[in-house]
Amino acid sequence: MSSLWEYANPRKFMATSAWMLPWVTAITAICLVVGLVWGFFFTPDDFRQGSTVKIIYVHVPSAIMAVNAWLMMLVASLIWVIRRHHVSALAAKAAAPVGMIFTVIALFTGAVWGQPMWGTWWEWDPRLTSFLILFLFYLGYMALWEAVENPDSAADLTSVLCLVGSVFAIISRYALLFWNQGLHQGATLSMDAEENIADVFWYPLVITLAGFGFLFLTLVLYRTRTEIRARRLKALIAQERMAT
Amino acid sequence: MIALLKRDLALAIRAGGGFGLSLAFFLIFTTLVPFGVGPATGILGTISPGILWLGALLACLLSLDRIFQLDWEDGTLDLVATSPVPMEGLAAMKALTHWITTGLPLVALAPALGLLLNLPAPAYPWLVASLAVGTPALSAIGTFGAALTVGIKRGGLLLSLLVLPLYVPTLIFGALAVSRGAEGLDATTPLALLAGITLGTLAILPFAAAAALRVNLR
Repeated sequence: MSSLWEYANPRKFMATSAWMLPWVTAITAICLVVGLVWGFFFTPDDFRQGSTVKIIYVHVPSAIMAVNAWLMMLVASLIWVIRRHHVSALAAKAAAPVGMIFTVIALFTGAVWGQPMWGTWWEWDPRLTSFLILFLFYLGYMALWEAVENPDSAADLTSVLCLVGSVFAIISRYALLFWNQGLHQGATLSMDAEENIADVFWYPLVITLAGFGFLFLTLVLYRTRTEIRARRLKALIAQERMAT
Repeated sequence: MIALLKRDLALAIRAGGGFGLSLAFFLIFTTLVPFGVGPATGILGTISPGILWLGALLACLLSLDRIFQLDWEDGTLDLVATSPVPMEGLAAMKALTHWITTGLPLVALAPALGLLLNLPAPAYPWLVASLAVGTPALSAIGTFGAALTVGIKRGGLLLSLLVLPLYVPTLIFGALAVSRGAEGLDATTPLALLAGITLGTLAILPFAAAAALRVNLR
């Protein structure tokens, strides 16, 4: 029985991810195409919201993945801090821009949907504002990666920032609730809620959710491979310089 | 650790610049607000709690990159790192120095600026209390940010990008306490939550700052 930790070996990781990538990419494509086409063209318009309701097929999955991407970075940072596995740190670095883009997509589609529904592009509502703050956290995290030259120091510092940032992201989330009660509707996907989203919308949404999850996995795998290769390239260049 | 604190305080007061700078900034910031939003007293009165807290926060932010930068440049930081004082103690003392030299004067100055901004009378005790309770959190968070960016050239802008999102909860509860006070309501709940944030940051962030310093001194 092999241990999970052997994937911390970059070579092992590269081999496994090379084998996985075509499959994951294919699943992503299938889920996204099926879910989005079904959602956009084969679901009825909502009786109150009209066709604008269809934006949830992009908005909800990207919002969920934006939060989960940070969660994944948190776990990867913890693994780096505790067991110092380089692939883990690089995966966290690779996930940050992807998570940031998901945050931007969620904010943008939310604005597009909010304009006809609430009559405003932007509202200082707890959920919207906490996403804006999440966006700032991503920016700071990425900027710190870029600013520190030594890659191991950068991994250490960003990990500490990610841990502290997570705590503050949670506090901000609940602080905002005190500040202002919002326009944003509550959760409509929870298992125990009385009033949930109707089944016609639910099935394509689940498929797009899976699609976005796999999309995140695909992108992170690709980007982590790029990071590892960039790291190897740097080592090679340094070697050449030493030799001459 | 006490010697460190004394040294930093003496440096801050005698070396000039840093000590009065954030106070002056606070003053200028609040003076500029009426030019920006217009001098109508009704508007000023309603927005003054938020403006005062925002001004205090930005004034704190302004002096953050001085916390470790000078000691880093002249090598004092390496000396302290090799001394028996634990890194966590150093971080805590630096945060305390920062609070004494910026947070405390801000608390003292805030009521006068509240007068300028036409802050409603019942809000004054809440303003002083919330700033007194909340500014230590600003200093502790800022020390952590400064420890993260200490080795980076021109880290000032990066520092503000890192620290500002962390300041959000403190700002919300601080300003909420004052604005509830301004409406004549009881503001104990936000004040208690603010105190909770301050105690939490004081308990955790010296360790995070020390970890960041160790990485940067490696």
